[in-house]
Formats: sequence, C-alpha cells, structure tokens
Amino acid sequence: MKKLIAGLLLAPTALFASPAAMATEGGVRLDAAPINQADVVSLQSGARTFANYCLNCHSASLMRWNRLMELGLSESQIKDNLMFSGDKVGELMNVAMVRKDAQKWFGAAPPDLSVIARARGADWLYSYLRAFYRDPARPTGWNNAVFENVGMPNPLWQLQGERVRVEQAAKGGDAKAGAHGGALKAVAYETVRPGSLTPVQYDETVRDLVNFLVYMGEPAATSRKQMGIVVLLFLLALWPLVWLLKREYWKDVH
Amino acid sequence: MAATEKPPVTGTGSVALDGLLTWVDQRFPLISTWKAHLSEYYAPKNFNFWYYFGGLAMLVLGIQIVTGIFLTMNYKPDANLAFASVEYIMREVPGGWIIRYMHSTGASAFFICIYLHMFRALLYGSYRSPRELMWIFGVLIYLLLMGEAFFGYLLPWGQMSYWGAQVIINLFSAIPLIGPDLSLWIRGDYVISDATLNRFFALHVIAIPLLLLGLVMAHLLALHEVGSNNPDGIEIKKNKDARGVPLDGIPFHPYYTVKDILGVVVFLIVFAVIVFFAPEMGGYFLEYNNFVPADPLQTPAHIAPVWYFTPYYSILRAVPPLFNSQFPGVVAMGVSVMILFVLPWLDRGAVKSIRYRGTHFKVALAAFVIVFLVLGYLGTEPITVWGQFGAWLGNADRATVASRVCTVIYFLFFFLMPWYTKVDKTKPEPERVTH
Amino acid sequence: MSDDNKVDNTRRNLVIATCAAGGAAGVAAALPFAASWLPSERAKAGGAPVEADISKLDPGQIMTVEWRSKPVWIVRRTKEMLDAMPGIESKLSDPGSDVPMQPEYAKNEFRSIKPEVLVLVGICSHLGCSPQSKPAEAKAEMGADWAGGFLCPCHGSKFDLAGRVYKGAPAPVNLEVPQHTYLSDTRILIGEDKKGA
Repeated sequence: MKKLIAGLLLAPTALFASPAAMATEGGVRLDAAPINQADVVSLQSGARTFANYCLNCHSASLMRWNRLMELGLSESQIKDNLMFSGDKVGELMNVAMVRKDAQKWFGAAPPDLSVIARARGADWLYSYLRAFYRDPARPTGWNNAVFENVGMPNPLWQLQGERVRVEQAAKGGDAKAGAHGGALKAVAYETVRPGSLTPVQYDETVRDLVNFLVYMGEPAATSRKQMGIVVLLFLLALWPLVWLLKREYWKDVH
Repeated sequence: MAATEKPPVTGTGSVALDGLLTWVDQRFPLISTWKAHLSEYYAPKNFNFWYYFGGLAMLVLGIQIVTGIFLTMNYKPDANLAFASVEYIMREVPGGWIIRYMHSTGASAFFICIYLHMFRALLYGSYRSPRELMWIFGVLIYLLLMGEAFFGYLLPWGQMSYWGAQVIINLFSAIPLIGPDLSLWIRGDYVISDATLNRFFALHVIAIPLLLLGLVMAHLLALHEVGSNNPDGIEIKKNKDARGVPLDGIPFHPYYTVKDILGVVVFLIVFAVIVFFAPEMGGYFLEYNNFVPADPLQTPAHIAPVWYFTPYYSILRAVPPLFNSQFPGVVAMGVSVMILFVLPWLDRGAVKSIRYRGTHFKVALAAFVIVFLVLGYLGTEPITVWGQFGAWLGNADRATVASRVCTVIYFLFFFLMPWYTKVDKTKPEPERVTH
Repeated sequence: MSDDNKVDNTRRNLVIATCAAGGAAGVAAALPFAASWLPSERAKAGGAPVEADISKLDPGQIMTVEWRSKPVWIVRRTKEMLDAMPGIESKLSDPGSDVPMQPEYAKNEFRSIKPEVLVLVGICSHLGCSPQSKPAEAKAEMGADWAGGFLCPCHGSKFDLAGRVYKGAPAPVNLEVPQHTYLSDTRILIGEDKKGA
C-alpha cells in the first residue's frame, strides 16, 4: 500500500488555463511526469493502453492509425493489436460514440485527445490519471483531486484498484501559499480494493500512456529537434563567413 | 531622358548580361533606381545595433507572407473545420509543421523587431523634422500590424482565439450610443462565429497585407527623400564634399547590404532556435489554451491577449469603470496608442539624440521603458497575480495599483514631454558624426 | 599593386563563398514549401487500395467499385464472351496490348490474371468520360457482329470485353487495367500488386 505524495502545487503559468471547472481554490501540486520521448517501448505500451482504455469514449480524430508505424510497429501489428473496429489502417482514430449521446450520459462530451498534452501538459495528465478516488456523491461514483468534480469515471480503475480520499490536517511546513494566494491542499488516499497492478506498475502504465499522449500531441517533435540541430550547425558556420565579408568591406570605412 | 540618351550598362563582367541590362534600362528605370536607393543612397556611417531592426522587420514581413501563403493552401476558414485544418497542416502536410511554426514565431518576431525599431526612434529622435511623415507612416504600419495579428489570431479557432476576439470586440460595445451596433457589425453575428472567422480571414490574408506593403513602400520612400537619421542625431547632409556626397555618408550598397546580411544570419540563428526547439516559448508564442478547440459555451478561467498587446491591455484594465461603463478604459487604451502619432510635435528638445540630451529626458525615457515592460508583464497575468494590499488600501489588488501608477507614468512621458524636453540641459551636438 | 590584388581576391572569394552558402540555404529553405505540395497523409489514405468482394458476382455481370475517385469495373466473363474475343482482333487498334495500359501480368489475350474475371478502370482513354456497358445482345444498336463490350457516349469510342479499343474510335489506347491482386478467390485488392511479386 503506497500513500500518494502529501501536498501538491498547481503549475504556475496562468495561461495554462483550463476550463473553469478545474480552477480549484488553492492548488494541488503536480507530479513531474517521468517521460522519455525516445523510449519507443514506452510509447508502444502507451499506445496499447490508449487504444484499450481511452478510445471507447474519446476520439483522437486528428491522428492516423498508420502514423503509429513511427513507433516501430508494423501495419499488421497496428491492425491486429490496436484497432478493434473494421477501420483501415490509413484512417483517423475516430470513436464510435456519438457526441450527443456522450453529452447526455456524462454531462459533457469526452473531449478529443489528439492535442490534450499540448493543452494540459504532461505533468497535469500524469497527476490527473493518478488522482482518482471513489466518491459516492458523484454520479459516476468517482472524483479526482486534480480536476474536482470531473465528469469522467476512472478509466483505469481495474488496473489501479479503488481508493478513497483521506483528509489530512495540513502540517506546519506544508501550508505554503499557492500561486494565487490559496493554501496548498494535502491529498492522501487509502486503498479500498487493490487493482491488477501494483502501485509502481500502475505509475509506469500511466507514465507510458502520458508519454504516448505527448507524442500524439506533436508527432513531428523528434524530427523537429533533429532538423533543428542541422539548421543551427549550418547557420553557426555561416555566421563567421558573413562576419568576415562584412569586416572585409568595412575596412574601407573610416 | 530619352532611352537612347542613357549610357549603356557596363561592368557586370558579361557582355550578354550588360546587353540585357541595357535593354531593360532603356525601358525601365533600372539603373536610376539602383543608384538612387542602393549604390548612391548615402546613409550615415555610424549605424549601430539599433539600426538592424528596420531591415529585419522587412525580412519578417517577407517570411510571414511566404509562410502565410502556404498555410492558406491547406487552412480551412470554416468554424467547423479550422482547428482540425491547422492540425492537418502540422501532421499530414509534408513540411507543414515547419511552415506553421515559422509563421507563429514570425508573428512574435515581427513585434520584437518593431518595438526595438521604434525604440531606436525614441533614442535618437528619428521622428523629428524632417522625418515626421516617415514616423506617421510607421505608426500606421504599427496599427495595421496590430490589426493583422488580431485578425490572424482568430484563425486557429482555439479557446484563446475565440474568447480573446470576443473580449476585444466587446470593448467596442462600450462606445456610447453606437457601441453594440458597431460590435454586431464587426462580428457579423451576435457572438463570434463563422461569419466573423471568414471576414477576419479575408482581412488577414489579403486586405491588410496589401495595405502593409503599400505603407512600407511609403515609409521607405519618405526615408530616402530626407535621408536616414543616425545615433548622433545630426544631419549628415549639412557637410557634403565637392561631388555633393555627405562626408559622413557611405553608399547603402555594398556597406549596409553586407552588414544587414550579417544581421539577418544572427536573427535567423535566434529564429531557428525558437522554431525548432521552443516554438511554444513557454506558452507566450503558442498559448496552451489554444490547443483546446473554441467552445462558445465555456469561458476559460483566464483570458489574456498575446504578449505583444499586453501593455495596452494593462492600461485598459487599470482604468476603473465610470457609470458602469468600461468606456474610459477603452479610451485610455486607444489614446495610449494614438498618442504616438503626435510625438514629433511633443518633443521640443534642442537636440535629437539621447547622447546629447540632459537628465530629464534620460530619466523620462528610462521610466517609460520600465513601465512599458511592467505593464506588459502584468497584462499576461490575472489581476490577482501580486496579491492584495491590506485593509489600509481597501484590499486592493497590488497589480491594479501598480498598473495604475504605471499608466500614469506612461501618459506623463508624453503629456509632459513639451515641458521636460524644453527645460532639459542638453550638450552641444557635434558637427560630424562621432561613433 | 599586388596588395590590391590580394585584397580584391579576398573580397571576391568571400562574396563567392557567401553567395554559395546563401544559395544552398535558399534551396534548403525552399524544400519544405515545395514538399508541402506532395500528397498529404489524407490524400494518400484516400488513394489507398480498395478491396472488392466478387463472391456474389454472377457470370455475365459487372460490378463497379470506387478507387481513387475513379470507377473500376469487375466483369465476370462467360465462356461465350471469352470464346468470341479472338475473332474480333482485326477490328482492334492494339489487340496485343503493346501500349502499356496494363500491368505485366495482364499483358495477355484476356488482359487479366484469371481469364474469367476482368478488372478495368472505367474511364475512356479519349477524354475521360465513363463508357457504358453494351453486352453482345445489343446488336441492334451496336451492329450485327458486336461481340459485347463498352461504348463511350461522349464521342463514340468502342471497347471489347477486354477493354481493347476498336479501330476508328477517337480513343487512342486500350482501357487501363489497374494494379490488382487476388487476396482469395473471392476478394480482389485493387490498387496494389501481389505482395512480394
């Protein structure tokens, strides 16, 4: 049984603004997502978790299935292990659930997740997916310490198990002022029913899922950085050349 | 001058090229334009760091036009399709992400160059006679640029796009009598909608770029008519040699073409670092909330304009409402920009350049820079960012008080200028340029 | 004097070097823009191969599937149709399919992989109209020795039951046979050759 970190701090940038429902009084400190975009195995695992647990309700309608070949998967691997409907591998990752139905069932249509990592950030997603707890007061029976009164039930509950939130008296040293003047909340949980994964395994699963979401938010990120190095090396070599050219001409000027 | 009276073009090193250029020059003012604006346009020889930014701004204008054209080839100006079409460009169009990041970085780079370019004018009095008209063209370019950025920002149709436009257009409804109708007319609908998106697209893609190109040409023609100012603020045309060439002047080509190329390479290094390694710039160049598709039913907790508008946004927020109307704030914001037009007539100093000004001007300019930066920073944050004062000041937000103080100083920089530039103890200007 | 030459040479070499580097940079910068005109992922997905199920295609019947926004006909030819084909070769412009309007594996007397199944792109090789099917029975309209095939309504080009063009037609070449392969006896994948072929 592992207790979660007591005391969380909301990410500083106000432009990180998310829908009004998220703005809690005082913040919850976010855990840094220990993701590595170069870890292809992690990305593949995240893709599998995403396909199995998220695509039932959420779409990723800006992402094509065959793009996942970038992660080292073959077309047949994608078709056989990740795609469940009769879609072709060149199709977009759409979801079967009709938006209007979703709105009725959950109160809000589950948002498309294609660029969720760019909107919320990896740390927020990593913390959010590990902050669900049972709450009989909510229609879904679930609440979330990072996104209060969220309309989404815990999609990974079978892996994480079920837990309730335990209020902790704020210790003296923890009661620091948050970014906008509120006191930080200390959050702790108590496991009611364990899931199929240990807490460490669950954190790793979420880490891989968040890694995948970050990749999906900007699939070109890795090649962007690679190209950037080439461009910069060229420009840094060009710089002394044009400087010499300038100096050569300006010898005339006194 | 009849075509046959012009001397033939020589010296290109190729008989064929000489012949071609001669043929053109007999039918088009090729050589005379080249001479008047490049090889025999004499610019002061003491241009420094601050003089790079006009040329760089032109470079960025070119970058924005080319990347903009290619974005338009795949962007869909329809409220239902716009957001997805931007991601389509980012993911599915070969090279699309490069073009998009260059355009988004270029927008911010444009304003950085323009602000530094304008600051140069403040440092050296480049707006003073006989360059007032050039300055007026410049302020018009600045205003059009702000409009261009505002219209362009709606196009990705994210949450910030939508709500930023909603807030700013609602400001117009604060104008007495005509306000609400004016806002309705601008939007083409009761709220920001597809109608607004389509017209902003047209304005952003063709209307304002055409005006900008025209005004940039006018700006350059006005410059070449009177000649450039320089860091010493003296007129180099006062001291000419026997041939009529200013003693302190050097031909723009090749000296400043070659120096500007160096400036361009350094600029491109910084530009490339941002495009390839930090295109979001911590949320200042590409805002995080704009990766959420526009939702008319959900207002974001914190709406802020893009960083280059924030000084004026701070001024808007700082002015308290009068009779429940935000109109005074709107007026203050408008005046804070428009006052730039009359700057040439506010400055009564005996000298142009800060190098020869007295303490009054230096203090005023330093204060202006500081408050501009503080106002700019505060505009990016919610008004509660610095907490509150105690009950002794009515629990007022510290940022509001700071914004108000800064706003007053901002306006005093202009309103008091006729006085402090006049009483300023200046140093004598030199006859010839120094450095 | 020699000093001048040295200075001039330095200046000239620097100018040339800078121009060369600048030119290279310009070409490199133009690449993403030119590349953006290549088919996007969406276009490539839309152009992907299409599977056709011919299990319900009876002898003598034609079915049409859409591939790359073009109509593709699949004809299950009867023995009579196949027998009639050699007899009309003198009336055809390119009976031996010399012009490469078909993949290598369809360069035979029936222009197909299996003799009884014909796959054709249903677009006239003249100016792009879609021809109509005219079976052998339509002799009143097509003439007494009509052995079956297709007639393009736009300018009157006639094609036989292997898509070969008749002499005297404005259409210059035979109808195109697209790349295709059999995934099984009843499933044809149109737009792709057999894997590993």
